[in-house]
Amino acid sequence: MTNWTEIAKLEDIPKLGSRVLKTDTVNIALFRTSTDEVFAIKDACPHKQGPLSQGIVHGTSVTCPLHNWKIDLASGEALGPDEGCTNTYDVKIENGTVYLALPAKEAAA
Amino acid sequence: MKEKLVLIGNGMAGVRTLEELLKIAPEKYDITVFGAEPYGNYNRIMLSPVLAGEKTVDDIMLNDEQWYIDNDISLYKGKSVTEIDRVNKKVVAEDGTTADYDRLLLATGSNPFMIPVPGKDKDGVIAFRDIYDVDTMLQASKDYKKAVVIGGGLLGLEAANGLMKQGMDVTVVHLLDSLMERQLDKPASSLLKASLEERGMKFLMEAATEEIIGNGRVQGVRFKDGTEVEADLVVMGVGIVPNTGLAKATGLHCERGVVVNDVMQTFDPAIYAVGECAQHRGIAYGLVAPLFEQGKVAANQLAGLGYAYYQGSVTSTKLKVTGIDLFSAGDFNEEQGDEVISLQDQAAGTYKKLVLKDDRIKGAVLYGDTIDGTWYFQLMREETSIADFRKTILFGQHDLGDAGHGDETRVMALSDDAEICGCNGVCKGDIVNAISKHGLFTLEDVRARTKASSSCGSCTGLVEALLASTVGEGYDASPNKQAMCKCTEYSHDEVIAAIKQNELKSIPAVREFLEWKTPDGCAACRPALNYYLLARWPEEYQDDAQSRFINERAHGNIQKDGTYSVVPRMFGGLVKPNELRAIADVCDKYDVPEMKVTGGQRIDLFGVKKEDLPPMWKDLTDAGFVSGHAYGKAMRTVKTCAGKTWCRFGTQNSTGLGVQLEELTWGSWMPHKFKLAVSGCPRNCAEATIKDFGVVCVDSGYELHVGGNGGIKVRVTDLLTKVDTEEEVLEYCGAFTQMYREEAHYLERTAPWVERVGLTSIKKRLLDDETERKALYERFIIGQKVSQVDPWKARAEGEAAHEFTPLKIA
Ligand code: SRM
Ligand SMILES: Cc1cc2nc3c(=O)[nH]c(=O)nc-3n(C[C@H](O)[C@H](O)[C@H](O)COP(=O)(O)OP(=O)(O)OC[C@H]3O[C@@H](n4cnc5c(N)ncnc54)[C@H](O)[C@@H]3O)c2cc1C
Ligand code: SF4
Ligand code: FES
Repeated sequence: MTNWTEIAKLEDIPKLGSRVLKTDTVNIALFRTSTDEVFAIKDACPHKQGPLSQGIVHGTSVTCPLHNWKIDLASGEALGPDEGCTNTYDVKIENGTVYLALPAKEAAA
Repeated sequence: MKEKLVLIGNGMAGVRTLEELLKIAPEKYDITVFGAEPYGNYNRIMLSPVLAGEKTVDDIMLNDEQWYIDNDISLYKGKSVTEIDRVNKKVVAEDGTTADYDRLLLATGSNPFMIPVPGKDKDGVIAFRDIYDVDTMLQASKDYKKAVVIGGGLLGLEAANGLMKQGMDVTVVHLLDSLMERQLDKPASSLLKASLEERGMKFLMEAATEEIIGNGRVQGVRFKDGTEVEADLVVMGVGIVPNTGLAKATGLHCERGVVVNDVMQTFDPAIYAVGECAQHRGIAYGLVAPLFEQGKVAANQLAGLGYAYYQGSVTSTKLKVTGIDLFSAGDFNEEQGDEVISLQDQAAGTYKKLVLKDDRIKGAVLYGDTIDGTWYFQLMREETSIADFRKTILFGQHDLGDAGHGDETRVMALSDDAEICGCNGVCKGDIVNAISKHGLFTLEDVRARTKASSSCGSCTGLVEALLASTVGEGYDASPNKQAMCKCTEYSHDEVIAAIKQNELKSIPAVREFLEWKTPDGCAACRPALNYYLLARWPEEYQDDAQSRFINERAHGNIQKDGTYSVVPRMFGGLVKPNELRAIADVCDKYDVPEMKVTGGQRIDLFGVKKEDLPPMWKDLTDAGFVSGHAYGKAMRTVKTCAGKTWCRFGTQNSTGLGVQLEELTWGSWMPHKFKLAVSGCPRNCAEATIKDFGVVCVDSGYELHVGGNGGIKVRVTDLLTKVDTEEEVLEYCGAFTQMYREEAHYLERTAPWVERVGLTSIKKRLLDDETERKALYERFIIGQKVSQVDPWKARAEGEAAHEFTPLKIA
């Protein structure tokens, strides 16, 4: 069962920027694109665990701040010649509020 | 429904065009390819090493048949097109296969020129053009002994070398008195001949072939003067003729080649032509680099983008005979009014010659030592004035102060596990494999695929050398005008100019005006645009935090574990006890795991959690510190020495002047990091001569030095001038800094900038033109009014709080 948890207001996340949600188990990065889509992915780059939340967002991808891998926000997959994948989480926006589908154990946190 | 594109000619230019097209418009066409040769697409250039036994046919495949399948391209290999029906827009192949087109791309290459002498059709007389020819030669080398190669040009010599490597006794027959006369001048040509002779190659110069003799199979060649030479194999390597038969038959306008305009269109607007078969502005090229540029333009047009134009190419040549290094480019035979500088060392077998006009390189010939060929070629294409380093130019770029990786020709001699890119740990073998396996041709391709040279860039020269030697001359040297990034066709200079001329004042405005190809730009162009706008419109432009790298957004250096480092500014390296105490207290309070004295005369606090940054900054701000910008493309530090106050050699108050300079310049954003230093005497303890702006105090005043760099590539400064007073030091510093801020490319430090624009032009404007100097200084001061707001204090007081506070589940 999907467990939608209210996380933030859309305007809490800067356009083309991100916020980090800290849970007991993982840090989740929430990204907002220029068209106000929001994506949530684990805040750890598949390369060397760089904090993706600190990268530069463009289109629907983010460039990792440590060594410039490009990660697709929708799939969590590395783009281009790099290979690797990080977890993604479902997000919905209703009336300007961002909800996240947290896996059960993280929701409990 | 998709439009139909048909390509005739499955060679290097045609398929390259398809690759470019698939990159930008993968869905636009149903593509059909006809190729007369029974293979996928291979690297024709590399036939020479195949013949010499240094590579196999498999090594030189660029796109195998799977590539066509993966890209939904119908490939008719081994099928020659015999007719183009322009009325019904379809092509017909020799076996009756037909294909309709909306757009047709001709890339039929060239035919080898066979000298029209009796006997040219005998068995054992062939050209050197394709895999079939190479197979024939390899077979002949097993069965026969004597080979004659007609033609002492590039192609002929590469064929001769290959056959010699296969154990044949080879004689090269040349009509003129010097080899490769189109690429080499006489001295270089005779050096080349001598070293080929040393390897066992024989030459018959000034020999005009009259007949090829033999009953059935060739037995020899007879010359006009009546002499003969024995031969079991004759290779014609005398030249090529653009393959225009098909185009002519269908009524397209042809001269030497199929005539095309600047968008690679023939006289029939539905038909494009690229490669050796095409003639553009009177020239049909016979090297791949220009053909690839043509392919890019044709792809851009076929994709319907329509903004790329082909304006002709400047080409350079190398001979692919292992162990012989020669390079030539441009007009290397001087004319009236040209100047020549040359260097010849007969014993060492080296020869270098540059032909100059108005301090610009017009042509170059290098023999024996070709490391600097690429550099000269770049100077030539960019029309850089060499006035500043004319005296040493022949000694090479190395002599300009490159303490980096140096000798690039030796790179091929390295073992496969030699590390080329120190930042990303990429070895030579990885790079060479990636180049061969994925058919890479450009530095950018290699960067994307292997990451080599994508970080600090110091190994770029080595990677380029690997590219050049792995794919031959086919590699795309950086084009004349390099686009800022993949989001645009425009170069840094064009963007800077457009921002100024058209008063563009926001990132979206720039992107819209210059028709950016991506909606938000990328991690390369956004920070650059943000900087250019800030530098141009300091008072009006609204800084865009999301277009800054994380270090500048968070005002600290991100560490490998995601924590940050904090470096408070210590003006001129001076510090007071209470300040040291405050730093110590802050470290205790926030559990800073490590402190270190930096190379920039201040203290680095490592491992600070992001959430702790604003409160920590509050404490530091209260103690009187401002940000050290150790994280920014910004003014960093002013290093000073003890100076006159204490030192027995000091001539001026270097410490005090350093503090003044730091007070003047702190907080300013720059294209790249910017460092200063002031030394109190020529002993130069503050290392002022490797700084972006360095002052060396002398008894009679102050020497100002610019363009130094102590990093990846050490470069010693150039002396800008000498001034008498501290006020002048400050003014010159502000003016120089502002010129750099307004004109350099983003991420270009002063060292490469000074080399690119030339010290002479900088001097002219700063020294000779007082009005311009004062105006630059004035603009610097205006910018500083806005910039000298301590970012740490602002954030300690709550600015951009979202950046530092994690979200919590409500
Ligand atoms: C802390 C320090 C080393 C130290 O402990 O001494 C340092 C640390 C870093 N340097 Fe440096 N450099 C430091 C002095 C230097 C010096 C020496 C100097 O300034 O006198 C140099 C050579 C001089 C020069 O720049 O010409 C130097 C040349 C570099 C370079 C190469 C720059 C170049 O143009 O070649 C880089 C890479 C870059 O900028 O792209 C670099 C990059 C870095 C980075 C920012 C790497 C990064 O991107 O994370 C390091 C950040 C560490 C951190 O998290 O704080 N650092 N770095 C020094 C800080 C000085 C300061 O007080 O601000
Ligand atoms: C041995 C050798 C060494 C070389 N070394 C270098 C070098 O070091 N550096 C450099 O820059 N250049 C070099 N070149 C030149 C370079 O290979 C050519 O400039 C380049 O391959 C030309 O590309 P293209 O696509 O125009 O022609 P090609 O690559 O020749 O392709 C044309 C293709 O079209 C096919 N074709 C022709 N007519 C038809 C038809 N009617 N129907 C179907 N298919 C047809 C041909 O069979 C051929 O496969 C070398 C060439 C050779 C032969
Ligand atoms: S501090 Fe400088 S030299 Fe040391 S590892 Fe980092 S970038 Fe390299
Ligand atoms: S950790 Fe993300 S690119 Fe290296």
